[in-house]
Amino acid sequence: MSIGRPGLLARFDTPQTLLGAVQAARSQGHRGLRAWTPYPVEGLAEVLALPPSRLPLAMLLGGLAGGLGTLALQYYSAVIDYPVNIGGRPLASWPAFGPPALEMTLLCAGLVGILGLLLRSGLPRWHRPEFDWAGMEQASSDAFLLWLPLDDEDGEALRDWLLSNGARDLSRVGGDS
Amino acid sequence: MNGEGWLAAGTTPGDVDARIARPALAPRFGAGWRIGLSVSLLGVLVLMLTVSVLLTVGVGIWGITRPAYWGFAIANYVWWIGIGMGGTFISTALYLLRQPWRNSLSRYAETMTVFAVCVSGIFPILHLGRPWFFYWLFPYPDTMNVWPQWRSALFWDFCAILAYLLVSVLFWYVSMLPDLATLRDRAAGRMRRVVYGFLALGWQGEAREWQRLEALTRIIAALGVPLVFSVHSMVALDLSEGLLAGWHTTIFPPFFVAGALFSGFAMALVIGVPLRKRFRLEALITERHLDRLAILLLTGGLVVAYCYAAEIFMAYYSMDEYELAVTRFRFTGLYAPVYWAAIVCNVLAIQPLWWARVRRSPRWLFWIGLSVVFGMWCERIMLVLSSEYRPFLPAAWGRFMPTVWDWAMLAGSIGLFMTMLLLFVRWFPVVSMHETRQLAHESAQGSREAQA
Repeated sequence: MSIGRPGLLARFDTPQTLLGAVQAARSQGHRGLRAWTPYPVEGLAEVLALPPSRLPLAMLLGGLAGGLGTLALQYYSAVIDYPVNIGGRPLASWPAFGPPALEMTLLCAGLVGILGLLLRSGLPRWHRPEFDWAGMEQASSDAFLLWLPLDDEDGEALRDWLLSNGARDLSRVGGDS
Repeated sequence: MNGEGWLAAGTTPGDVDARIARPALAPRFGAGWRIGLSVSLLGVLVLMLTVSVLLTVGVGIWGITRPAYWGFAIANYVWWIGIGMGGTFISTALYLLRQPWRNSLSRYAETMTVFAVCVSGIFPILHLGRPWFFYWLFPYPDTMNVWPQWRSALFWDFCAILAYLLVSVLFWYVSMLPDLATLRDRAAGRMRRVVYGFLALGWQGEAREWQRLEALTRIIAALGVPLVFSVHSMVALDLSEGLLAGWHTTIFPPFFVAGALFSGFAMALVIGVPLRKRFRLEALITERHLDRLAILLLTGGLVVAYCYAAEIFMAYYSMDEYELAVTRFRFTGLYAPVYWAAIVCNVLAIQPLWWARVRRSPRWLFWIGLSVVFGMWCERIMLVLSSEYRPFLPAAWGRFMPTVWDWAMLAGSIGLFMTMLLLFVRWFPVVSMHETRQLAHESAQGSREAQA
């Protein structure tokens, strides 16, 4: 992550202006954009070109592991480790093995999803440099924030460009500032 | 999701935050809350006393005796876990069905679920008799070389509760992270900032985080629906895997699920109506929300009424003498008052909901909801006891009469539930801020477009 790099933090009042600015910035060749919003904004991940989350796949695999693992455990226990002959009934009584396997599928998929969300997002991490940026706390109520990296330029052109694209407040953050 | 029209006109995202975050960040809370909390804590004390006596003396302090071994403990367990189902249904099934109005209700409904499931779990564990060996339920490599009985509904039920409890608690917490972050950012005092900041785990609301939370919410919603239906089906199978007349029927799983959702919607109203009034949430939980909840309640009630009728019909249709006897015991036997109370509270009391005026009146909905919550408790008691106390052989007939400890345990569980709920509403956002913020933005935008 490009936290150490200096950048411009722009504030927008509506999701539409944020989306428009991101789109315009990307078409101008800006990369490494980051955005913070008070609620999930539809289409933001697409215009930021974030790769699709792999959480669903992880949850599918977790669920399968939980379900198949429970089936395997029951089979091992009832057929191999401790077979009990009850009136000659089949040892591998799969219909009865289904319900615990179903529940463990749901449990493991859910656990993988929740832990995956936290781990992939780097949580818990109580201190992050972004918390020191002025105006950052607005992103959790009504501001739509966009961060653009500043390279060598002093950012005057970028500043004007952002203001003409609907940004309200601009501040230089990150780097040595 | 088109959220237009689900919040009072002119509600802005700023209003949403102020209305929901202000109570949690207020330095003081009303005297009513303190009195309520004191009464609830008294209930917790009663529960602790009961559990201590239970652990010292044994389950014999309850009224359970042969042949009625289940008694209050299992009925209370079924009742509590059923109440939880309604909350999960609101937050998952309605999400999948793209019902934007659920956004205002999902948080407190999920909270109700989480606390109800926590309370329900106490009963079966204590009912084990030697609760300190509850871990024998787990399949673990023990020195006795035995495994759980995989083919028993009791083990299925254990898996179901475990999955349900863990998934609903963790998801409830993770979906609260953005709101905890809001509280962290708005809190004035250092103490609160530290506590909320700790709980928010460093959530920032970056696009990447939202993308993952959205993906997780969608899939958990899809998993939550089978979870709700399977968990209460397993609870029902505990009974219907037994051979007793009245229990041994295939209708039990859907019957129990319907009853669970029914009691959950009722509890959602019983909690929601005072919450709405106390926190002045009328702009977020509008009369239309109450109307929708009332329709869900009525629908659940009709399905439950159908199941009552189907049970009676099946007894007479089968002409099985034991089934007939149980049905007659229900009508006129020792526990007939409980049966008729269930009919009155669950079937008759909900009929006013056909009128739109009743469905939009918080006062009516509160009392109807309370009647259903009580009626569903009666139904659980009726289902457990009416089959149990008269098994096949008349020589084995007995009776269960609740002792003071049975009542203490029930009152204590309500106290524990209320305590957790009151502490929650004091310190945490009772309505999901990020979800209603989205609704507010959408409806503000909708009205702007309408004007243009």
